[in-house]
Amino acid sequence: MNSLRFHAQSPRVIRTLLKLRFSSFSLFLGVVFLAGFASPVQAQESPYIVTYDHYLEEPGSLEVEYFSTFGTQRGGNDFVAFWTEFEYGATAWWTTELYFDGQTTFDDSTLFTGFRWENRFRLLQREHLINPVLYIEYEQTSGADKILKEVEGHDVESDYAVPNALARQEHDHELEFKLLLSSTFKGWNIAENTIATKNLTGGNPWEFGYAMGASRPLALKASVNRCNFCGENFIAGVEMYGGLGDRHSFGLRDTSQYLAPVVAWNLPSDWTLRLSPGFGLNDNSHRFLLRWGVSREFSGFGETIERLFGCRKP
Amino acid sequence: MTAMQTVTTTKSETRKTQTRVATHRVCSVLVLAVSLAAAQKTIPASAKKDTSVYAELAKAPKKAVARPNPLENDPDAAVAGGKLFELHCAECHGDMAEGGRRAPSLLAEPVQQATPGTLFWILTNGVVRRGMPVWSKLPEPERWQIVRYLKSLVPAGHSLDDGRKSPDAADMYPTPPRSSWEPAPQ
Repeated sequence: MNSLRFHAQSPRVIRTLLKLRFSSFSLFLGVVFLAGFASPVQAQESPYIVTYDHYLEEPGSLEVEYFSTFGTQRGGNDFVAFWTEFEYGATAWWTTELYFDGQTTFDDSTLFTGFRWENRFRLLQREHLINPVLYIEYEQTSGADKILKEVEGHDVESDYAVPNALARQEHDHELEFKLLLSSTFKGWNIAENTIATKNLTGGNPWEFGYAMGASRPLALKASVNRCNFCGENFIAGVEMYGGLGDRHSFGLRDTSQYLAPVVAWNLPSDWTLRLSPGFGLNDNSHRFLLRWGVSREFSGFGETIERLFGCRKP
Repeated sequence: MTAMQTVTTTKSETRKTQTRVATHRVCSVLVLAVSLAAAQKTIPASAKKDTSVYAELAKAPKKAVARPNPLENDPDAAVAGGKLFELHCAECHGDMAEGGRRAPSLLAEPVQQATPGTLFWILTNGVVRRGMPVWSKLPEPERWQIVRYLKSLVPAGHSLDDGRKSPDAADMYPTPPRSSWEPAPQ
């Protein structure tokens, strides 16, 4: 039924969809072009899309990312939500990121849904069995935001069935805190994130959520030659995430939960591709979420900017 | 309550909410600005004690220092390590590990004389306060491959096969470079 609806959407909606997605992707490509003045460098990116491990961006490096989420919707129209992400390593213990979100709901409309500014602080200098990182985010989004970058509180599928014209009238200003715990052992990475969110508009209670993941490269030793399809370039894993209710009703009741296999392909040409099909685990969850992302990391971006503005001699 | 009173109350609540949101925003920006300034200016006490770029090598625990490289006899380890070095390390340490604006030479004596276990420990833990990130995201065998590559380099000042001298950090930088590894002079 949903696929029929997709095929039946008007040419105007398709044009709008293409226009906005093109704009968002153009922004991504534009920054990639500008960042091209810095040196690209191959990163060993984790495959997670929702979960964070404890690895921060290398100091002075800029990672430009574009992600897309296709979601099925019972009692409403399917959607594609997308975001462009700029991740900068301010120091070896602090990474700051800016997100711009948008979405297209089939047979409805396409719109920009807000921005997020997140910061991650490494709390311990050296590696330990469990490595904590503090995450602080401020987000200003509309009720039409559907990127599902994190699931918290009593977020359920039916919340996303509201038509865009109505949903966009709700404006959320949220502070979000996460404690990221992550371990690496024998090539495996195990990460667990605890989420606490406070919506600053209205008298909303604190909401809670979680995300956890496990991943491992397909090969632990590097091969002698540069190659695209070597096992060392692929990292596969699984992540699980969902809401944990709010301050008044903590727990799994009336929450949505997801399980999602993930895979990342770190290409020697400095690009990283990620793919993750996600499956709802209860009736409150979207049945299926298909996420993909493309990113490129530029080392020495900070120095390039300093040189451009004459702060440092070339 | 009259309709007029309701409207006035709603307006007042809206104004309060806006003020609260604005205050939160300003606080967030201030906290982050202070953190940024601190990140740029603060020199840790330990760094003041010993400003040598290579001082961190001496901090490796005895157990880590004594660890042998399990890939010591792997004929491909140095070549694969060279590939990994080029992908992940050369940007800061230089293509030939001779050092760069952001990170020191790895051809220098303290590095070349360090045990494989010490270099592995540094790679795993990084030197976060001086700008070197942790590299434990690379699997252990890959880190040992990099160590094997580093130990295969000709130490600074030693003769190469063709009679030339390998680059020496002291020759390249008569005055120590200001890098993220080294705190700025006071």
